[in-house]
Amino acid sequence: MPTLANYLIASGLLFAIGLGGVMLRRSIIIIFMSLEMMLSAANLSLVAFSRYGLVSGHQNFDAQVLVFFIITVAAAEVAVGLAIIVSLYRARQTTHVEDLDTLKF
Amino acid sequence: MLLTAFWFFASLMVLFGLSVVLLRNPVSCAMSLVMCFISLAALFVTLDATFIGIIQVLVYAGAVMVLFLFIIMLLDLRTEKSRRLNFGATLGGTLVVAAFLSILVQVINADPALAKALPELPASQPSDVKLVGFTLFYSFGLPFEAVGVLLLSATVGVIVLSRKSLR
Repeated sequence: MPTLANYLIASGLLFAIGLGGVMLRRSIIIIFMSLEMMLSAANLSLVAFSRYGLVSGHQNFDAQVLVFFIITVAAAEVAVGLAIIVSLYRARQTTHVEDLDTLKF
Repeated sequence: MLLTAFWFFASLMVLFGLSVVLLRNPVSCAMSLVMCFISLAALFVTLDATFIGIIQVLVYAGAVMVLFLFIIMLLDLRTEKSRRLNFGATLGGTLVVAAFLSILVQVINADPALAKALPELPASQPSDVKLVGFTLFYSFGLPFEAVGVLLLSATVGVIVLSRKSLR
């Protein structure tokens, strides 16, 4: 039987990979995909806590409802984010973050 | 059995997650992310969260990734030209990720409460779809309505953003 620590390590690994992708990649689409990966990693630890932390023998479903809300908000966020990327591409003809440095001091 | 499934899908998830970060072609990155999300859904199923697993496959691996692929093909993104890596950013990123992982492993190993085995569910418990729905509508009615408003405003925002001329 896998322990709670196993699931938390798996979720932490996924989060770390997403963090690495956000910091190391230079294409704005890939950065956005890595962000989605980090969100899903948080979902995995929430579901694991919901399954392992029984309240007087019964499972607490609040965490799973929270995951449901996170997935909904993430879907809305992806739609808005991709629309922003498309209008950015229209204005600048690039999706490379190093070419988008207008706000850089 | 459960342990084998956990290790199989967890390693698959980490492998495909790594290939999202390491591959150069955006389409292969998106396909790896689809596989990563499907293995994550399988991990949800090993945790007896069938409903969340199905939602994960439908929303993430289905709708969201189709949107990503659509945008990649609309913008006609080719394989990135390999530019010279920014040395400082690479070093900083690797250091931050390594520090995060080592702290996480230390914290998880230090707490004996996290090493407990999977507790048995009561045999009379109904299916998780029923219980998630009950929790959702019984204690989270207002957030549910708020999420509906959020989705509507996101839809309006996307339509306004993607018009030809922004005013």
